[in-house]
Amino acid sequence: MTTGFTALSSARRTIALLVLTLSGCVTIPPNALKMTPDTLERRHLQTRRFDGIEEKKILAASAGVLQDLGFNIDESETKLGLIAASKNRSAVSGGQIAVAVLAAVLTGTVTPVDKTQKIRVSLVTRPAATATSMGVTSSWYVRVTFQRMVWNTDNQVTRIEAIDEPAIYQEFFEKLSKSAFLEAQQI
Amino acid sequence: MTAKHAITLVLMALALSAFGCASSTKQVLATGASAVQLRSFQSRAFDTTDSETTLRTIIATLQDLGFVVDKADADLGSVSATKLSGYQLRITVTVRPRGEKQILVRANAQYMDKAVEDPKPYQDFFTSLEKAMFLMAQQVD
Repeated sequence: MTTGFTALSSARRTIALLVLTLSGCVTIPPNALKMTPDTLERRHLQTRRFDGIEEKKILAASAGVLQDLGFNIDESETKLGLIAASKNRSAVSGGQIAVAVLAAVLTGTVTPVDKTQKIRVSLVTRPAATATSMGVTSSWYVRVTFQRMVWNTDNQVTRIEAIDEPAIYQEFFEKLSKSAFLEAQQI
Repeated sequence: MTAKHAITLVLMALALSAFGCASSTKQVLATGASAVQLRSFQSRAFDTTDSETTLRTIIATLQDLGFVVDKADADLGSVSATKLSGYQLRITVTVRPRGEKQILVRANAQYMDKAVEDPKPYQDFFTSLEKAMFLMAQQVD
């Protein structure tokens, strides 16, 4: 048991050292600022068109939905149709804990598990180019994007990722449609 | 003797901490590539004077590239955004009038904790942006 423990922790130290040396010469991935084949698909997933509503009203409705979901608004710029918001939440997952407990029983080492996450969102409105009547745009594209960072019980970052699950975007837009409708009806 | 040792140790620690502090604050005004070179590959001129539409197009392009917008200011003409994709990439894009008929767009990016000083990623960004603008991005000196 003791030798296993030492081997494991020394392996972990080696990895930590490797990560440190690697981070000394980090370079940006070649496709980081390029459109990729899934760019269009993601754009569709993250965008909806709303007709017959002013930009300010759709933004107000969006702020309402974000608040419903527990986000705090960090920034907004109405002139550019932007709302940026975030929330800190637990990232504890039952499955991960079960694996960690099993590992602890088998090896005697404590495996760090995910603990907290920061979820960020930006929501942007953009005039739908085809629809202006008397110079006033009443059709708007709303694009929303979510991302998150996850920290474990050792306070290390374990995930830095965009959130791409279609269901999340669908549900968000369902809520926004309802909210925008209420906004349009002035209820 | 021991007191002397202690004093020497304290002095050494002080000297070290002062040195450490000085060397990392140097980063505040540090640049890698020359300022002129950086500005050249971080900037492009577009034949438009509509800065609001330009900013909106920049925001849309950043969203296409997987960024979440952190903040934007129409009056200052700036947008900052972050991309999380196994890494953290931060970008700030500014617009300002260039002469009577053009807008100058400048981008600067930070990958993890380093400035992006390679021309290629900026080229990629402007290639995406010019498609969205329906305008040619012009190299400026």
